Amino acid sequence: MSLHDQDDPALRAAQEDRLRRVWEPPKGLFLRWSDTNNNQVGVWYVLTAFAFMLFAGVLALVMRTQLAVPENDLVDPGTFNQLFTLHGSVMMFLFAVPMFEAVSIILLPQLLGARDLPFPRLSAFGYWSFLLGGVFVSGSIFFDVAPDGGWFMYPPLTTRTDLSGLGADIWMLGLSFIEVSSVAAAVELIVGVLKCRPPGMRLNLMPLYAWYILVVAVMILFAFPPLIAGDVLFEMERLLDWPFFDASRGGDPLLWQHLFWIFGHPEVYIVFLPSIALFAMLVPTFARRHLLGYPWIVLAAVGTAFLSFGLWVHHMFATGLPKISLAFFSAASEAVAIPTGVQIFVFLVTLWAGRVVWSTPLLYAAGSLAIFVIGGLTGVMVAIAPFDWQAHDTYFVVAHLHYVLIGGTLMPLFAGLYYYWPLVTGKKLSDRLGKIAFWMIFVGTNLCFFPMHLSGLMGMPRRVFTYPEELELGGLNLASTIGSFIIAAGVAVIVLDLCRSPWRTKAPRNPWGAGTLEWLAHPQDENWGIRSIPLIESRYPIWDQDDFVRKVDEGRFFLPDAEENRRETIVTSVLDARPVSVIRLGGPSWLPMLTALALGGVFILTTYHFYWAALLSGVLTLALVLTWLWTGTAEIPEKPCKPIGHGIELPLYISGSAAPGWWAMFITMMADATAFSGLVFGYYFFWTRHENFVPAGMEGAPGLFWPMVALALGVASWLLTIAAREANGGGRIGLARTALLAGICASGAGVGAGLAGPWLSGLDPTAHSYPAIVWTLAIWTSLHAAVAVIMQAYALARSLFGRIDAHHDADIRNVTVYMHFFALTAVVAYATIGLFPEAA
Amino acid sequence: MKPERRKWHERLKVTLWTLIVPPSVWAAHFLCTYLWAAISCAKAGRFAEFPTLFAVATLLALVVIALSGWIAWRQARTAGDPAPHDQGTDIDRLRFLAKSTLLLAGLSFVAVLFTALPVLFIGDCR
Repeated sequence: MSLHDQDDPALRAAQEDRLRRVWEPPKGLFLRWSDTNNNQVGVWYVLTAFAFMLFAGVLALVMRTQLAVPENDLVDPGTFNQLFTLHGSVMMFLFAVPMFEAVSIILLPQLLGARDLPFPRLSAFGYWSFLLGGVFVSGSIFFDVAPDGGWFMYPPLTTRTDLSGLGADIWMLGLSFIEVSSVAAAVELIVGVLKCRPPGMRLNLMPLYAWYILVVAVMILFAFPPLIAGDVLFEMERLLDWPFFDASRGGDPLLWQHLFWIFGHPEVYIVFLPSIALFAMLVPTFARRHLLGYPWIVLAAVGTAFLSFGLWVHHMFATGLPKISLAFFSAASEAVAIPTGVQIFVFLVTLWAGRVVWSTPLLYAAGSLAIFVIGGLTGVMVAIAPFDWQAHDTYFVVAHLHYVLIGGTLMPLFAGLYYYWPLVTGKKLSDRLGKIAFWMIFVGTNLCFFPMHLSGLMGMPRRVFTYPEELELGGLNLASTIGSFIIAAGVAVIVLDLCRSPWRTKAPRNPWGAGTLEWLAHPQDENWGIRSIPLIESRYPIWDQDDFVRKVDEGRFFLPDAEENRRETIVTSVLDARPVSVIRLGGPSWLPMLTALALGGVFILTTYHFYWAALLSGVLTLALVLTWLWTGTAEIPEKPCKPIGHGIELPLYISGSAAPGWWAMFITMMADATAFSGLVFGYYFFWTRHENFVPAGMEGAPGLFWPMVALALGVASWLLTIAAREANGGGRIGLARTALLAGICASGAGVGAGLAGPWLSGLDPTAHSYPAIVWTLAIWTSLHAAVAVIMQAYALARSLFGRIDAHHDADIRNVTVYMHFFALTAVVAYATIGLFPEAA
Repeated sequence: MKPERRKWHERLKVTLWTLIVPPSVWAAHFLCTYLWAAISCAKAGRFAEFPTLFAVATLLALVVIALSGWIAWRQARTAGDPAPHDQGTDIDRLRFLAKSTLLLAGLSFVAVLFTALPVLFIGDCR
């Protein structure tokens, strides 16, 4: 096809018909929920997260009403504990993080000129997991069994079943399930940013929003898994009485605090950076110029991401750790102010250098920066350990964190809401209502949270359900309560504004006159995402490239058609976005929802101790995942290549590190390895905590022999898989199958050998933390060996059924990536439990 | 293309992986420092026994960061293509990654110094 073919209106109409048919969403009361297109899933995701935000806000209002006057008795202490625990947990796990994922699922394909993200069904799976887990956790308060141990669930209060009820299990298992969906979203977003950019969009032309999302998604990979590891230990203690956090049996509650805050502090930046990323999109639009200091934003995002992992102990300044340790974290906490400040200055300088068009989104942006800076300054104060000892667990900290989160997450999201509403619905929101709501939220926030600095310094502790009149805190608390209701009224005005939207008329296309790709979206939206995938030559193509919008609309760029009636998008190279291949995307399917339901069953049934039903649900999950993989991935195309226009022909099948699937496996395994390192950290943490690491009577357990056998089997299985990959690539299919079969045997034997060490040496995991952590490492690694069996068997079956051959080897290559990580896990785990000098 | 072999630092082109070298060095230094202090306090009850080891590690970290910063600084000034270097050309992409690396090297250098300071002022495990 040449450029001039597109001059023919009849051809263009035929192409549009085909695209429309291919991308048509399923219709009908039931069928519509099987949709996987990012436009639909993203909107569901946003609305659900918004509903959780409103719910958590109502919980806060109940708390503030209880605290309005001294010695109030609106709610009893137990309910109050549930209220603040659920408020924090819902805002963090069910609003802030999912909201960023939701917004990205809507925006990212538009920003990158892609038809959809690389794994649309994975997004849908993430959404259904989120909905199910979120309703499960939130709904618990209506049955008076909501978690009540604070959003960080400190043991031993929460691990002792005589002190805490079902709520702790609901928190731990329900939110573990949500964490799975967050990791799924991270995989989707990283691969989307790295591999699905339009041709020509090199790393230095990428919209800054995409830079932020890349950084944040990588942070999720390293932040969430330690919490998952912590959750595993926590539930082992609650359900099976393995004493990880029980000091009387060699455990240590501080281990939980470490694992929680290695997650918890980066989490703050995980919810802050994507919100601030919205500024990087709207500030240039309203400053009417390119953003100044593009590399400085990259410095800020990447620098913050790294430093944020060196801050976790500043939540533990009052736990009695050595002062020198506190000082390291205090230093890093001060250092993180540098990149945070840099990005604020970049926005200010851009506004200063531009010709500012004042607007509602910009009003929210400016207001939120003011609030955020106040929170940042008190953050610098509490990062100094001696000051923190005074302010710790008082309302000063409550004031600090709400200034940071409202200024750094909530209000930027409202800015984004007003800015991007026309992109999603084609209609603008009311400027008048938006401004009224802004001033209510701005005034309300300051009235609610500023007095808390004072009440905190006067000694009011956090998480108390009431306070005596003699402390003279009544006035400050009443002010806070009035402020909280003003915020709520402001949010209600926004909700009203949203509800009136369906009756408004459509806005013109690109109503703000922005320069970035996402504004190609048409008010009469088509489901195909973008008419043709453009060649990018600038950071602001709509402003800078001649006739850009018309060329896109007339299909004069790449992939303007869907000749084979398949959903497709272009995959490009990581650094320079050179076209690599065309991939076929998954269409509507029930599998994501069913898999989420089945996996949810595992977590929810375990909460109520229905172990056999949970196991059944687990088997069902596995079956659904295998069906999903078998029918929906690594399909061999009907022809090797297809033209995408302008004389370029791209392959339809790729494998190895050029393929999105390979990256997804690599990224998932990075998360898995991080969770594993959390468990290994636990082992050595216990070693530092005890004079005699191995308790009396357990010397020499689990011994050297069985761990070394398991290690050897793990390495053998890994080498056999590599041999199978090489043989398959060389066309020696029989040899490849034999190697896979031998690999299956080695992995299977590895399961038994891994468990034999602790089993045969008679280690009782309930006796002490040492046998418990040895068992945990052995079980973790054996489970991975069992998964290796399934993976190798899958590859073997694919080969036997002709779905893998010498040229189409994506499955076996992806399995090899898993095996690299499995070998690493086996070596570290068995070397640790078998060879560590004080245990051997 | 010049016939002679280019110098080693010219062959080492900045990429997405080299971008994260300076902050990774900070992270490694931070982790080692933390573990060193935590383990020696827990096991020996004191940590000031190996200050030379700590000083060498800090110096090493600073040297690696400075070196990657220097390479990035040279490549951030690669000649060719007009200012302001925000186009989709090979040189502009290289200059962008190099400049970002340079900035991160600066931040990481300061952050390593920050981490090292407490050891100068705090001499025991209390």
